[in-house]
Amino acid sequence: MTEYLLRFLLGGVVVSAFAVLGDILRPKSFAGLFGAAPSVAIATLGIAVCRHGADYAAQQAWAMIAGAIALAVYSVVVCQLLIRARLRAAPATLLSLVVWLIVAFGLLTFAGGKT
Amino acid sequence: MSAVHFSPSSLKEGRWYEYIVRFVFGGVATVFTGLISSRYGASVGGLFLALPAIFCASATLIEKHEIRRKREENLDGRRRGEEAAALDAAGAALGALGMLAFAIVFALMVERSVSAAFAGASLAWLVVSVAAWCVRRKMRSARRRHTADKISGSAVSPNH
Repeated sequence: MTEYLLRFLLGGVVVSAFAVLGDILRPKSFAGLFGAAPSVAIATLGIAVCRHGADYAAQQAWAMIAGAIALAVYSVVVCQLLIRARLRAAPATLLSLVVWLIVAFGLLTFAGGKT
Repeated sequence: MSAVHFSPSSLKEGRWYEYIVRFVFGGVATVFTGLISSRYGASVGGLFLALPAIFCASATLIEKHEIRRKREENLDGRRRGEEAAALDAAGAALGALGMLAFAIVFALMVERSVSAAFAGASLAWLVVSVAAWCVRRKMRSARRRHTADKISGSAVSPNH
């Protein structure tokens, strides 16, 4: 229970810090870089190293490569849905999560689950 | 095109509850990743380190701020809001390349030195993201110059 409380607090603080940086930086496309900042990764990998060791954290980081490629595809799809299909931000970002899941799990399967 | 700069006044556009929403989103996403890792193992959990959960919240907030700003000027602002969110998404696509660099550097270094892995991976994220953004910006301005040259060229040619 304490571990999950720590995860919640650490995740909240790191994500908020990157979000505030994104808020105060201009132009908007530059601020968008912080929308894909590894905030959850920093918090999670920190706890993973302490709880399970460097080996476990390395395994998570290798799999994160597939997640990051999926994130790049996801962001392009969101951009297209907003500009071409003229969807609002909430449905565009939520619908595109399906694309993220397909690409991420597809790559992980392709790499034999050991990305 | 404007240079990169800080705009602290942008913080005034945000409402207090929006900061709480982002804090909760961040906390929940981190807990969720932990639960996935303990249930399905490190590999599947690792995928979710790059889950765009936070991006959904931030893009929606950006659109909301833009619409609110335009409404204050008695304009609709919906299209402007969508464009602002799309710009944020374009930036996130470049940031994802940085995240890729973060993951590779961290995975290669963590078994040697944990602190060096965090420092090196964070630096890799920053360098790759900013470099990708600079390259994209240069390409866009070159394309714009090329288009402007073509337009002015075709406007002049009938007189020759």
